[in-house]
Amino acid sequence: MAHFTKATSVKDWLNQRLAIEKVEKVMASEYWIPKNINFLWAMGMILVVTFVLLLVSGIFLLMYYIPTVDEAFNSVNYTIMREVNFGWLWRHIHGVAASVVFLIIYIHMFTGIYYGSYKKGREMIWISGMLLFIAFSTEAFSGYMLPWGQMSYWAGMVITNLFAGGSLHADFLVEWIRGDYVPAQAFLGRFFMLHVLLVPIAIMALIGLHFAALRIPHVNNQDGEDVDFDAESKKYLAGDKAGSKVMRFGNDFMSKDMMVVGIFLIFFFYLVFYNYGFAMDPVNFDPADGLKTPTHIYPEWYFLWSYEILRPFNIDLGLVLFGFAQVIFVFLPFLDRSPNAVPANRRGMMFKIWFWLMLCNMIVLTAMGKLPPEGVFTTIGLVAAIVFIAQWLALPIITSMEKKV
Amino acid sequence: MEENSRRGFMGKAFGAVAAVGAVGSLVAMKRTWDPLPSVKAAGFTTLDMSKYEEGVMVTEKWRGKPIFVLKKTLAIMAEEKDKPEAQARNIKVGDANFMIAIGLCTHLGCIPAFRNDLNDFKCACHGGEFTASGLVQKAPPPRGLDIPPFKINGNKLVLGEVGPEWQTMKDNGVTL
Repeated sequence: MAHFTKATSVKDWLNQRLAIEKVEKVMASEYWIPKNINFLWAMGMILVVTFVLLLVSGIFLLMYYIPTVDEAFNSVNYTIMREVNFGWLWRHIHGVAASVVFLIIYIHMFTGIYYGSYKKGREMIWISGMLLFIAFSTEAFSGYMLPWGQMSYWAGMVITNLFAGGSLHADFLVEWIRGDYVPAQAFLGRFFMLHVLLVPIAIMALIGLHFAALRIPHVNNQDGEDVDFDAESKKYLAGDKAGSKVMRFGNDFMSKDMMVVGIFLIFFFYLVFYNYGFAMDPVNFDPADGLKTPTHIYPEWYFLWSYEILRPFNIDLGLVLFGFAQVIFVFLPFLDRSPNAVPANRRGMMFKIWFWLMLCNMIVLTAMGKLPPEGVFTTIGLVAAIVFIAQWLALPIITSMEKKV
Repeated sequence: MEENSRRGFMGKAFGAVAAVGAVGSLVAMKRTWDPLPSVKAAGFTTLDMSKYEEGVMVTEKWRGKPIFVLKKTLAIMAEEKDKPEAQARNIKVGDANFMIAIGLCTHLGCIPAFRNDLNDFKCACHGGEFTASGLVQKAPPPRGLDIPPFKINGNKLVLGEVGPEWQTMKDNGVTL
């Protein structure tokens, strides 16, 4: 039985019951961050802030949105946009944040790949991060269904058809997922549930796991240096703040983190107020019509690279390669056989080329996915898709040959 | 068994109860997502085949899906002449010849558009093309347009009912 004494202050009262000082130390002032980092290390905090923006704007949208096929379109485009005071603000924040969050996720991912932050005990950080990517993708797709416009309907049609497994003709599975022969009320209802309840819960749980995975290996640094966090933090606490290689997370590192977040928010709200159009596909301002496919169907920009891997091949091969592209990033820590956990540019020519080619190729795939599947674009898309697959197959080989630096 | 104590027994007993419950709830969850009876029953579309004009592609609706109906012109018939694959898909009602198919690309289910000048279908999503007979002209679609179950009653055609003509097509692997 714990011993309680008469509290001397509110803080003391709470401290006796919740150990708030201890919690503060564990979470902030004695959570150690290496000093040798740059602004790319602030992407995590930007993602947290963007997730909060999505959550808050989503809560307000949820109050007026009606998840029925007859009313969904108007509840978004008329009620929320025209009638609700500041309804447009919540919608534009939600739409722009849904798009921008993927830009930051990709920067965060490629930062991790570049600095080797998935190696030497940091594998679970990478894996939980990739699970978050999958959860965010599900969240984005299910949310895209909700306005029930033409793009919502046809994206729903195309993506659910993927589950027929090509020549397997698992139409029963597709009909089970839709609850109908085509996307209709049952489909909208269940994707609404996924978007506002199940997937957000999964995302919050995964964010918890992602942060927990950081505690033991700690944050990586710009040189991939193996920092002794125990020794360095002792040095810091003993007063040698300048000599120590680490600093406190709160409020020292946080102040820099929030500085970057501030710059991000200015850019973000510039988009929300003046340039939200990129996140609002004009085709989706036509109500869903099961008897008319829009001229070009393409996903939002963040899915284009994997869509382009599906497109140039026949359905079965396309599906296999698409599935490969979806999951292969998860296995990066195990496919990279090299012991070097240093920036890509210092790991020798082979991996340096691998990294920059992967980055450029994903940009090419993204561009080709947006263009209509005709003429030279089909060829470029095909080559880029093959290069993508080949790079992943080659990764274990070139990293095994890598010399230790 | 090392742990043959009462605690071990209780653990196993709870495991058994939980397993039954888990299986039961999975069944309930799976069945909850099944298409509703009202959805499944919504069913049959009757088309009056005498109202169609040659060479004009008309889109009908059956089970929420678009159905292509094209009364073939002489030009299309001439093109099919030496192609048994195309002829096997032909649907004859009275003296008229029709191409009837589910208007969803067999790749991923977009609706291909009919091109009047070329007498073919093109899918905007992934660039697949079909001939006026419903056969694949350009990948990625893995097979020709699917033919919905139909039954011919004089000048009428009922979609959703299986007639002998459709059964033959299915048995011969012309459609799924």
